[in-house]
Amino acid sequence: MGKWIERQRNIIDFTLSSLLRRKGKNVALLCVYTFVVFMLASVMFFVHSIKREASIILKESPEIIIQRMIAGRHELIPIGYIDKIKNIRGVISVKRRLWGYYYDPIVGANYTLMAPEDYGVIPGKIIIGQGISRTRLAFVGDFLEFRSHEGKIIHLEVKKILSPESELVSSDLVLISENDFRRLFGGSGDYVSDLTLQVKNPRELSTIALKISEILPDTRVILRDEILRTYDAVFNWRGGMMIVILLGALLAFIIFAWDKASGLSSEERREIGILKAIGWETSDVILMKFWEGMVVSLSSFLTGAFLAYGHVFFASSALFESALKGWAVLYPQFKPIPFIDASQIVALFFLTVIPYTVATIIPSWRAATVDPDSVMRG
Amino acid sequence: MRKSNIFLIYLAINIVILCLMFAHASLKKRADMASLKEKMEMVKALELTDLCLFTEANYTRHLSQADLHTPFQDSPMSLEHFPSGSMVPPPPGLRKINGKMD
Repeated sequence: MGKWIERQRNIIDFTLSSLLRRKGKNVALLCVYTFVVFMLASVMFFVHSIKREASIILKESPEIIIQRMIAGRHELIPIGYIDKIKNIRGVISVKRRLWGYYYDPIVGANYTLMAPEDYGVIPGKIIIGQGISRTRLAFVGDFLEFRSHEGKIIHLEVKKILSPESELVSSDLVLISENDFRRLFGGSGDYVSDLTLQVKNPRELSTIALKISEILPDTRVILRDEILRTYDAVFNWRGGMMIVILLGALLAFIIFAWDKASGLSSEERREIGILKAIGWETSDVILMKFWEGMVVSLSSFLTGAFLAYGHVFFASSALFESALKGWAVLYPQFKPIPFIDASQIVALFFLTVIPYTVATIIPSWRAATVDPDSVMRG
Repeated sequence: MRKSNIFLIYLAINIVILCLMFAHASLKKRADMASLKEKMEMVKALELTDLCLFTEANYTRHLSQADLHTPFQDSPMSLEHFPSGSMVPPPPGLRKINGKMD
């Protein structure tokens, strides 16, 4: 065992000296390799964390939402529908939701206005999300003005600002009393935005949804499972701009690495020839090339993964921010929760380290099996 | 010092950092449980349905509530044009319906 370890160490010594002889080329490769791993790992960590967080948080969203559709568009739903739905067996409760959007021309942002039933919002006062507070520089006690459907200006006092921890779900929220909501948007008190349902047995969800669409054919039913599925598809790594950019970088790297690893330079071929001539076995040459691949790929892999971890979980994915923000004025400031596991690291390892190491070994094996004399002569 | 020793020490340090990374992730997850719970309670109390990730348009703000024709709501020929639309693929069901049009 001791002899085996000593042999490996000798070969590593030789490999490192050989790599240092071509310092410039190898440092460039190391930098590009680390950057590719960093980008891949950043996307992987970010996407996985957001998906996990969404799946946990949105488990508490309503089991069923019923929205009225007219000419393919979401319309206000009559309160009278509540009684019809309540009669369906298995339905425990039906609640109404009153919500909408308000475009604020001052900052050019869209707010989500909600009039919750039991959240302690009194007329004349509002509770706002951190994003709005930050953008409008509005704090507790300040007044925000809203333009009503009649063109009148309504002043509402900020009673509370929602916590920064909840920004991922509340950054653009304005919680308003029902009275102020109606004053702002008009409309009859007999209508609400949509209805939410609680059912006795979750296994009956699809049956109840079917019954609702039979009784109320002008409605659409959104199940919680569908909401969760939507967020499972969000940032799907197979689709979107992020992967297109990454694919470009990855392909460029593959070409670069393949050229570097597989196309042995005449100097490297001569080196292999000399090694063979002085008594190295083919297996020794392959071992040397294996360590060469491992030194480069393992160093890049580990450094890239650490940098990605810092980027996503300490620097709030600063490099992705401009892409995620898009045209949004209100953007939540949040640090993803590090939902990482060994399987992600293993997947990254197999995606990056193994292909490079294999690509280094094969051409060397081919060169090492040729007669040393012909290799040295080129 | 032998070069192999330097490399092996470097590798050992990296493995320790890797372990620290997992330890940090585990501790951070535990520490963030309170804020996660707060978000869950808010979602339950306000009956929220979506994350506040993309606020640029109503159909990107509430992805799960968007109408089937949302990419076309600005004009009949308009495909999705917001930057976030290039990161969030359309739901599989919608893709099936509009596959031929795209």
